[in-house]
Amino acid sequence: MQSKVYADASSALAGVVFDGMSVMSGGFGLCGIPENLITALRDSGVRQLTVIGNNVGADDHGMWAVLANGQIKKVLASYVGENKILERLYMSGEVEIEFNPQGTLAERIRAGGAGIPAFFTRTGYGTAVAEGKETRQFDGENYVMETGLVADLAMVKAWKGDTEGNLIYRKTARNFNPMMATAGKVTVAEVEYLVEPGELDPDGIHTPAIFVDRIFRGTNYVKHIERKTTRQRPAPVSATGAV
Amino acid sequence: MAWTREQMAARAAQELGDGFHVNLGIGIPTLVAGLIPPGIKVTFHSENGMLGMGPFPYENEIDPDLINAGKQTITELPHTSYFSSADSFAMVRGGHINLSILGGMQVAENGDLANWMVPGKMIKGMGGAMDLVAGVRRIVVVMEHSEKGGAPKFRHRCSLPLTGAGVVDLLITDLGVFDIDRKHGGAVLTELAAGVTLEEIKAKTEADFAVRLR
Repeated sequence: MQSKVYADASSALAGVVFDGMSVMSGGFGLCGIPENLITALRDSGVRQLTVIGNNVGADDHGMWAVLANGQIKKVLASYVGENKILERLYMSGEVEIEFNPQGTLAERIRAGGAGIPAFFTRTGYGTAVAEGKETRQFDGENYVMETGLVADLAMVKAWKGDTEGNLIYRKTARNFNPMMATAGKVTVAEVEYLVEPGELDPDGIHTPAIFVDRIFRGTNYVKHIERKTTRQRPAPVSATGAV
Repeated sequence: MAWTREQMAARAAQELGDGFHVNLGIGIPTLVAGLIPPGIKVTFHSENGMLGMGPFPYENEIDPDLINAGKQTITELPHTSYFSSADSFAMVRGGHINLSILGGMQVAENGDLANWMVPGKMIKGMGGAMDLVAGVRRIVVVMEHSEKGGAPKFRHRCSLPLTGAGVVDLLITDLGVFDIDRKHGGAVLTELAAGVTLEEIKAKTEADFAVRLR
């Protein structure tokens, strides 16, 4: 069997990117984004992309680079603040945005990856999100029909992976990555630590290898923090106990 | 006289119950995390995939893989768990979160809430707000009673695009507290902020409401 392991992001994307394709990209804000793959997607020069993700990067960071390079025509996202170029391209009509409630977006991707074409949710009933969509009552409650999502390519970021493609995420960097891994016609994973089979606890695998087509070890992670927030250490109490 | 932001948050904190799982919105609701009544255990949910949010980190504890839904760095607690966005919103949509405290732009007497967009301005997106109001068991909105220009924000109907229809259970403003029957419509003024008269709150409110002060 051919190995899933690639040397780097550009070789991992070779042969799978094309103009007009749809791309899912994991992450919440800039946390858990596939930094190496985003750069390689920009460098590939493919255009007319439909990008599916909770956000589209933020000023100077993440998917912002692909957007700033004029490669994106449509975005499916739940929140696009802190992104001046997207604001400009959206207002001028150069980029289309389909806003999805965050939980609906997550579930659409989960459903798509699980072979479920549509589902009903209360989210958005009676709002602009429900316009033009089928609605139905179950037990007296109103629900909106939302469709499952798949993409030509899913780019995910994990903490550890093995050469078979099993993945483990870290803390809140997990977010949209596990569902996206299931919903890509081709799924490419970048990991901070690439290990041999047997080194990851099978009981602790978050994304089983069946969902991952290509994997490589990413490098030079920036992990930019959007809102660094800290607390002060309490002032040291003096030895005498006097205040 | 009216309640300050801190006093509004303190009033909202009275809605917390022992063992509750709670999601807090940004703005005044964030202050509630520091105002948990003594003897009550509350677990905070962050919709980006975490239950059991700890305090902000010390400088040397900052971890870029650990943020809250407001993208601020935070810490974990001994009972913390992490999960995917799909699992996170299964908790929300499935009614497993007891309480969400959110900010608002407008609330209507039938429980409609608008808090995500203003037509003509850049739309940033609803994030998880529509999921929270549709799925969390009890929704408390904390907002200023009037716009800066004086226009009432508690209205017969919202003029702004809705976040959810018939979703608000309790409205706390700087002037008072209203119970809202989100199923059948109808609001009841139950508390006045210190120094606020019934006449003042009536004059500054467009919504119809009954008065049953506690």
